[in-house]
Amino acid sequence: MALAIVLILMVVGSVIFHFWSPWWFTPLASNWGAMDDTIMITFWVTGFVFIAVNLFIAYCVIKFRHSPDRKAEYEPENHKLEGWLTGLTSLGVFAMLAPGLIVYTDFINVPEDAVIIEAVGHQWQWSYRLPGADGALGKADNRNITFDNPLGIDPDDPWGQDDIVVIGEPAHIQLDQPIKFNLRSKDVLHNFYVPQWRAKMDVVPGLVSYFWLTPTVAGGFEVLCAELCGVGHYNMRSNVVVDGAVDYKRWLAKQITFAESQGKQAPGGDPVARGEKLAKQNGCLACHSLDGSRGVGPTWKGMYGRTETLTDGSTVIAEDAYLAESITDPNAKMVEGYAPVMAAYPLGEEDLAAMIAYFMTLSE
Amino acid sequence: MAYADQDHGHHEGPDAFIWKYVWSQDHKVIAIQYGCTAIAVGILALVLSWLMRMQIGYPGSLEFVDPTAYYQYVTMHGMIMVIYLLTAFFLGGFGNYLIPLMCGARDMVFPFMNMLSYWFYLASVLILCASYFVPGGPTGAGWTLYPPQSILQGTPGVDWGIILMLASLAVFIIAFTMGGLNYITTVLQARCRGMTLMRMPLTIWAIFTATVLGLLAFPALFVSAVMLMFDRLLDTSFFMPYIVHMGQALDTGGGSPVLFQHLFWFFGHPEVYIVALPAFGLVSDILSTHARKNIFGYRMMVWAIVAIGAISFIVWAHHMYISGMNLYLGYFFATTTLIIAIPTAIKVYNWTITLWNGNIVLNTPMLFAIGFVSTFLIGGLTGLFLGNVAVDIPLSDTYFVIAHFHMVMAIAPVMVVFAAIYHWYPKMTGRMYNETLGKWHFWTTFLGTYLIYFPMHYLGFEGMPRRYYAYEGYEFISESAHSLNEFITVAAIAVGVLQVLFLINMVWSLKAGKEAGPNPWGATTLEWQTPDTPPCHGNWRDELPVVYRWAYDYSVPGEEVDFIPQNQPRSATEQSLSDSGGEGQPQGAPA
Repeated sequence: MALAIVLILMVVGSVIFHFWSPWWFTPLASNWGAMDDTIMITFWVTGFVFIAVNLFIAYCVIKFRHSPDRKAEYEPENHKLEGWLTGLTSLGVFAMLAPGLIVYTDFINVPEDAVIIEAVGHQWQWSYRLPGADGALGKADNRNITFDNPLGIDPDDPWGQDDIVVIGEPAHIQLDQPIKFNLRSKDVLHNFYVPQWRAKMDVVPGLVSYFWLTPTVAGGFEVLCAELCGVGHYNMRSNVVVDGAVDYKRWLAKQITFAESQGKQAPGGDPVARGEKLAKQNGCLACHSLDGSRGVGPTWKGMYGRTETLTDGSTVIAEDAYLAESITDPNAKMVEGYAPVMAAYPLGEEDLAAMIAYFMTLSE
Repeated sequence: MAYADQDHGHHEGPDAFIWKYVWSQDHKVIAIQYGCTAIAVGILALVLSWLMRMQIGYPGSLEFVDPTAYYQYVTMHGMIMVIYLLTAFFLGGFGNYLIPLMCGARDMVFPFMNMLSYWFYLASVLILCASYFVPGGPTGAGWTLYPPQSILQGTPGVDWGIILMLASLAVFIIAFTMGGLNYITTVLQARCRGMTLMRMPLTIWAIFTATVLGLLAFPALFVSAVMLMFDRLLDTSFFMPYIVHMGQALDTGGGSPVLFQHLFWFFGHPEVYIVALPAFGLVSDILSTHARKNIFGYRMMVWAIVAIGAISFIVWAHHMYISGMNLYLGYFFATTTLIIAIPTAIKVYNWTITLWNGNIVLNTPMLFAIGFVSTFLIGGLTGLFLGNVAVDIPLSDTYFVIAHFHMVMAIAPVMVVFAAIYHWYPKMTGRMYNETLGKWHFWTTFLGTYLIYFPMHYLGFEGMPRRYYAYEGYEFISESAHSLNEFITVAAIAVGVLQVLFLINMVWSLKAGKEAGPNPWGATTLEWQTPDTPPCHGNWRDELPVVYRWAYDYSVPGEEVDFIPQNQPRSATEQSLSDSGGEGQPQGAPA
């Protein structure tokens, strides 16, 4: 009896919870409202079954509870009933599958007027490449990656010369313009995920995956990673700004092209700027905060000159020699309380000096 | 059967403790060894889940839970629960205990191999736990172990943890293969006279089918583990394309990370049914016994088990809709996945219809069995969201997925584990468990898990991504979602702690429980008809039982008692009824 009451309360409670719940979809900001619709079709079909079956069990538990005076019915099979139930279930399944596949057909067929933009994932940061004046992206391959060419654009491809590379900054895209995101990874699996857009896709090293959408709401959106990619996974953030046509053009005009960027950061340039760029390109900031908060690794705010306690109990002052060693051989002298998960970054002398110059500015 | 006169290797002294309880070849002892080991390692995984929940509900409250530790908990919790607890418990535990008894056999057909199976299983558990004692600790790659991440710096445990994990899986698969071959051969070869396939209890059908699935699916995991081990140790590139890792080009190329996912889920999806099917079988028998009514639609239930088993091999890529595989595959896998929902739904209907016009005894095993139907229902229904490709895209990798698979593959099967332990406890020990404690255990577990997982679906709707160490600073996640996370954490810890009710009941009843007698539930299947309780080594004394009827003759019209054991010959009335052309003969009861 108690069981029946609980089952009924559970059903009633679930329905109340559903209507009361402040937790619901983030406001839609793309053309993929149809995905929300398929969720709602499935929600109501399955919700009905959930309520019906639980109430049926509750009814049975009350009505047919044990009594020594009565005997259960003996009914091994009932082909008619089984046939009906199978038929109705198939119908319900079809009612959910058919709209799902129609929406999916839209999802995999990219409109011809879609603008191709590239998002590149690496531990633990997003970078972007947008087409320049020629409206097309040049070829790119991880094999072309260098310090000055962090996304591996083919330097000999004329289409790539005017491409715009966005590292460590929000990418801008144009409102109401269909966009195909081509996705590449430099290292491990990631997933390009903007909750308000609904559509998302894994980013896989060795191949180019894609999805498309039309942004329908202007403003800034958070980009997350939705595929476990190591200890910095939860902090692999970025932003995308959806602009109206005018704002977008204004922003685009301010960006420098790939060709212009080549040679700009040649050795001998400003070491602080070079260090900052290195930090952004290598995704350091997913683990090392600049605002003093604790992450996977120690914060860089005020790090230079700080006295750190190491895992063996000794102390060290974080200055040039120790910081350089911690970049090229991070597990040699670990700060207490942190796990040995950082990879060695074999930076050259000049890059190390640039990093240290950058660290010094963070301790001022 | 030829089996009857086989000697069980008692020469070394049958009564010595070590031969009876440690190096035992008795399927019942091996079953209990499997069960206890699984529970022990399951408690470890439960504690890990508390630590994760503490971090999610109360970020930073536990100093030692840093991102590294958190991802290690995620990985170990998942792997232990899926493989080392559920797979081992259902097949090594219940499979071992029930197959020979329910089939009317004296033991498994290869008792020595059966013993080896347990010891290999124990070794795999120890190798896995050893990863907590090596430099760098266990792997934090997530239980799916996706490369390249799982074997590159930046993931915890990349030095030793991942190697031990892969080695442990390989040893587990060897253990499972030895056990699995045994279960299949025993079911096919060692059934007693009269036990035709269509008279077998659904428990046996389900465990048999799950074992076939395991023997076909685990090799895919085995090869992927070996290949990943080669990639890690020998610098091969099975799964490694050209990679620029942390600013440095690696010496890899040509491999495919998606290939690993195909291999993993070719195992991983049947694995869901390797856990679910035995639960389906056990719960069918428990529901039927305590409703005092035959299971409804027995033949349909058997075909549903076989159909689910077969289709489960062509649905795997529904875990990979957004993995970067060819998008046209989505059509195929969405269709097969929704088709598999039909036999699954039939099973749910048949369980509930079994209650209709029953004479329902609401004792602890029955409560857990009905609790299973209710929780499995939620998990099954949310599967219809995630199996349907366009619906999956927004929900994939969110808390909706966590809620779904915990409901369908953790809570529901664990409900059956408890139902089955309470149900067969009197046979295993000869004593009754404590009913009051049992009911408290049910109510706290059932309601508690519901409170944990039901709201989680809504966090998934909101888009909260899974496998996140911290959610600070994400603006799209509402403030109230963090309070909900606190609530879920409190509920999770409470439910976990209250499992102590179960442990107390099991231990306390061993000595203090009432004498159970041979057949306290009035059940029809053969294990309740053994001459000794608990059954002696060899199960049956001099003569093997002979079966005359199916396993579900409850409340047969015209009979005084409301159950007829499978080994009771047909009465004169029954005989004359069937001779006279079936007038009054129960419709559709398999002869």
